[in-house]
Amino acid sequence: MSDISMTHAPTSGAAVRPSPLPVGSIGHKASGWWGMLTIILTEGSLFSYLLFSYYYFAVQYGREWLPSEPPKFRLSLPNTIILIVSSVVVWWAERGAKRGSWGQLVLGLLGGFILGCVFVVIQLFEWKDKPFTYASSAYGSLYFTITGFHMAHVVAGLVILLMLLVWSLMRYFDSERNAPVSIGAIYWHFVDVVWLTVFFSLYITPYLG
Amino acid sequence: MTYLRTFGGFKGEQIKVLTWALLIQAIVVVVIVSLLVLIGVLLRRSRRPATGLDRQPVQETGSGLSWIYIGVGISTIALIGSMIWNGYTMAAIDRPPRAPELTIEVRGHQWWWEVRYLSQDTSRIFETANEIHIPVGQPVEFRVSTVDVIHSFWIPALGDKIDLIPNQINSNWLEADSPGIYRGQCSEFCGQQHAHMGLVVVADKPADFQAWWDSQLQPAALPADQPQVAEGATQFVLRCGACHNIRGTQAGGRLGPNLSHLMSRKSVAAGTLPNNPAYLSGWIADPQTVKPGNLMPNLDLSGPELASIRTFLEAQK
Amino acid sequence: MAVGTYERAPTLERADYASPVASELETIWETKPGIGGWLSTVDHKELGIRYIATAFAFLILGGIEALVMRVQLARPNLSLLTPEQYNQIFSMHGITMIFLYAQPVLTGFSAYLFPLLLGTRDLAFPRLNAFSYWAYLAAGLFMYASFLVAAAPNDGWFNYAPYSLKTYNPGPNMDFYALGMILLGISTTAGAINFLVTVLRTRAPGMSINRLPILTWGTTTTSVGILLSMPAVTLACFMLWADRQFGTHFFDATARGQPLLWQHLFWIFAHPWVYIIVLPAMGIVSDALPIFCRRPLVGYTVVVLGTIATMVMGFGVWLHHMFATGIPFIALSFFSGASFVITIPSAVAVFAWVATIWTGRPVITTAFLFFAGFISMFVIGGVSGVMTASVAADRQLTDTYFVVAHIHYVLIGINLFPVIGGLFVWFPKMTGRMLNERLGKWSFWIILCGFNLAFLPMHWTGLAGMPRRIYTYQDGMGWNTVNLVTSIGAFFLALGILLVLINIFLSVRNGAVAGPNPWDGPTLEWVTPSPPPPYNFAVIPAVASRHPLWEDRLREGMGHSSVHRGLVLDDGKEMLATTVLDAEPDAILKMPEDSYSPLVVAVVMTAGFAGLLLHWWVFSGICAWLMFMGLLVWLWPEPKLGQSARWDR
Repeated sequence: MSDISMTHAPTSGAAVRPSPLPVGSIGHKASGWWGMLTIILTEGSLFSYLLFSYYYFAVQYGREWLPSEPPKFRLSLPNTIILIVSSVVVWWAERGAKRGSWGQLVLGLLGGFILGCVFVVIQLFEWKDKPFTYASSAYGSLYFTITGFHMAHVVAGLVILLMLLVWSLMRYFDSERNAPVSIGAIYWHFVDVVWLTVFFSLYITPYLG
Repeated sequence: MTYLRTFGGFKGEQIKVLTWALLIQAIVVVVIVSLLVLIGVLLRRSRRPATGLDRQPVQETGSGLSWIYIGVGISTIALIGSMIWNGYTMAAIDRPPRAPELTIEVRGHQWWWEVRYLSQDTSRIFETANEIHIPVGQPVEFRVSTVDVIHSFWIPALGDKIDLIPNQINSNWLEADSPGIYRGQCSEFCGQQHAHMGLVVVADKPADFQAWWDSQLQPAALPADQPQVAEGATQFVLRCGACHNIRGTQAGGRLGPNLSHLMSRKSVAAGTLPNNPAYLSGWIADPQTVKPGNLMPNLDLSGPELASIRTFLEAQK
Repeated sequence: MAVGTYERAPTLERADYASPVASELETIWETKPGIGGWLSTVDHKELGIRYIATAFAFLILGGIEALVMRVQLARPNLSLLTPEQYNQIFSMHGITMIFLYAQPVLTGFSAYLFPLLLGTRDLAFPRLNAFSYWAYLAAGLFMYASFLVAAAPNDGWFNYAPYSLKTYNPGPNMDFYALGMILLGISTTAGAINFLVTVLRTRAPGMSINRLPILTWGTTTTSVGILLSMPAVTLACFMLWADRQFGTHFFDATARGQPLLWQHLFWIFAHPWVYIIVLPAMGIVSDALPIFCRRPLVGYTVVVLGTIATMVMGFGVWLHHMFATGIPFIALSFFSGASFVITIPSAVAVFAWVATIWTGRPVITTAFLFFAGFISMFVIGGVSGVMTASVAADRQLTDTYFVVAHIHYVLIGINLFPVIGGLFVWFPKMTGRMLNERLGKWSFWIILCGFNLAFLPMHWTGLAGMPRRIYTYQDGMGWNTVNLVTSIGAFFLALGILLVLINIFLSVRNGAVAGPNPWDGPTLEWVTPSPPPPYNFAVIPAVASRHPLWEDRLREGMGHSSVHRGLVLDDGKEMLATTVLDAEPDAILKMPEDSYSPLVVAVVMTAGFAGLLLHWWVFSGICAWLMFMGLLVWLWPEPKLGQSARWDR
């Protein structure tokens, strides 16, 4: 056995000085924050495989694969804007948490939650509007699977926002201890960014080329 | 079925030589590295007893990096050499040296092969199953697809395989450089009887090939002097005709193999049994024992029914 | 110091395992005895061993399936099994070995070793670790439950559509596969997240990324690989299940679906998966072989870069499983080239190991034999892989027994050999007792001979044209002798594995007592007693080199590592968070107590999947709701864990 530290005091290479360290979950030092980043990495690749499948079909069949009537913007465009606004609102809430502004935190989370719910409702109408179903064609299967997976992530995000709201109302967070807010917020931003790629692929590419 | 020997003409030769070269290179690499490990262990092993490793000194003698530089350097050269050779071969065999005169369509079924000979002259187009004749010394194009699951069309002695994919027509070309019978087999897992989805390619001299083609175009043989054959034909249409087809009779089924000129083939049940009366009877009487799970049902034929159907089939030369 | 401040300066003290600090930590970290403790524990050592034991149980099941197949194939035209039984058994053999043994066993080693190697007290998410173990066990049982209704998956581990669709496969076989794979994917993803965050955030101070043991590099790299590749197969399985149950048209060719989309999604996942189940095993060798060569690994940096390069390139070669599917020439050329090039980083590792032997003084132990044997087996699996990289050759080789031989050299040669070697190295750490060396050497020679007797001739079987996945073959094809030899070899291999298991059972009670560092190893796990206490380290060690226990003999590093004098973290369950690159102390993490919630969530989730299988939609809905409630309990911000502000009011 070689326990060198018995004979040598620690010097430069392994110098650890007992300086003050934050305790528990603090912002981006929290393990949960890093865990959420890894979840986003894997969920992001899930959506890239969904879009890969969509483009795979598009390459195989070309334009004839698309439904006769290209996707409409009447509901989808406003809905996209709603989702972007909700992201901004949640970001504002998170800033509130960091500033210690309880009101801004609660209001922002509530706003984000409501806007998210509006998105879900409009998206349900958009689904109802479609002349095809998930079982009527390969396009229908992909359209509903991609938007369905996204919808599931929106719902998960809404649950997270709701729980953050509840915890905020219970005064769980202050200006320093609010890591769960950051963790939930980054997930919500991720869901929004994913929507932009979905929106581009399903709604805009049919009009290109 | 081995592909370390080839009868596949230019293409077969290209693939065979490359495969051998890669194989030998592989063996050489394995031997060298294994010897390096073995000699290294024998030469360098510590002579002290293995117990109590803390009594064995720890030291970093040399960085050892030159091993990696030299070893990886040589490996890279060998790999790039193989890559270039492979690329050259791929390009060389991608298209036949001259345009194929003959195109054969092959469609996979669970668990047999539907074969269709194409021709400019529509009267010469015909269908057969499980046995393909080709003329020697000519590249032949195969256009393959499937009616159900994925299969793979493979005649090892002639060349490489190509998968049969639903909704997709793949093509491959093969050539036989000498007359002979070359066995092939489905090589993509396709269900219960994947093991018994064989086929046979017969390479004929061009004149023999044309004669064979001509004979295949003949309608079913119903010799007037053999009433048992006529009786068998009736039974066949009744009991087998929903699935099988014999040109010149009312048996027009499309679910099973086309049995026109059955006795000209070397095997039955997709390369599973030799084609002689005994095996043929056994197969018709009890296909579920020969190929369990295959799509041909046991028909519970009576002895006389079986005999007359067999007699009819035996006349289909 | 009072719980309730946001900041604390931990003291720097000297403490060994007999100090008062140690006994205090023992009370804080220990798992309660009894069944309750067993079900709720989050101790990474307990879970790591459980992972390894479970993986070995699946190895035995998969091995029995292999032996049954080898009896069936020993002679031509045997009918021990019906075609359907054979198809189910070969499918479950592949699924078991590839998904339920090869990766989980490495997860077990990593779960056990990560905190010990990194100088910390647990993984970053201990409850997630427990969850991923339970979910793994549940996924394995879920898939094996299919045998109870005689409807095991029957379309191979690769499971190509459209044979897997309802038209051709009406039973529940493929639903077991699709749902079971999704379940297992959740477990694997959870494990990968855990390893990644652990290695990024919870290393001992001073363990900068150029000082990480190679095993942790291997597992970290593959964890990223899992996060990026797993969703492909999860999605493919979801699509398959939807095609089968809800009439969608992803793979259904009769309605313009694309059967080849399955193959793309599957191999985008499954080719990286091959590296996922070998890179950590290569890491085991890179870390443990040098112990017996009495010198550091040759070429640490290039081996690490090679590991990463292999994983990155592993995402660019999936098409080489599809060379015969009618891919355009240009794509064939690219993927063929990439498949050649991916060999280069592996060659780096091979020559690093050879150089380590040549420039060291190897001590011949059982573990060393397994590692040295591994190098040869690795090369055989590698060069046969090079042959399949050539499109021209591969369109003859693919789907023959040549590829079966190749995959077994990869899986047994590159996974099982290092795993058994690693078991000999770390069994003393896990149990406090040595495995029997004499019996171990016997088992090595029997495994080496049996393995090569079984699989070396199999290359020939393939070159002689025998296709894969056939339940029998005809006489007179020239395949009889090689198949008989393979069958005999398989039983020898099984005998060798059996000897290893016997060795484990005998040694766990009666083996020689190991002491903390029986091999005089260089890394931090050898500082702890064997077996380590629940808290691993009495004080958090500080690291100044790659080989803290060898550094004075090697004159390595700038300063000196300090393993018995370090930061004291004893205010409840605590770990140190460090910065990503340099591993400077960054925060004090509050760690969770043992908890039932991982078990409950895993059980409820599995029940929900069973409901999906049985079409009990309402039941599955209830399970989803219960799962949500379980997660809520799990994730509820706890004052004790420093997650909410209330704890200091």
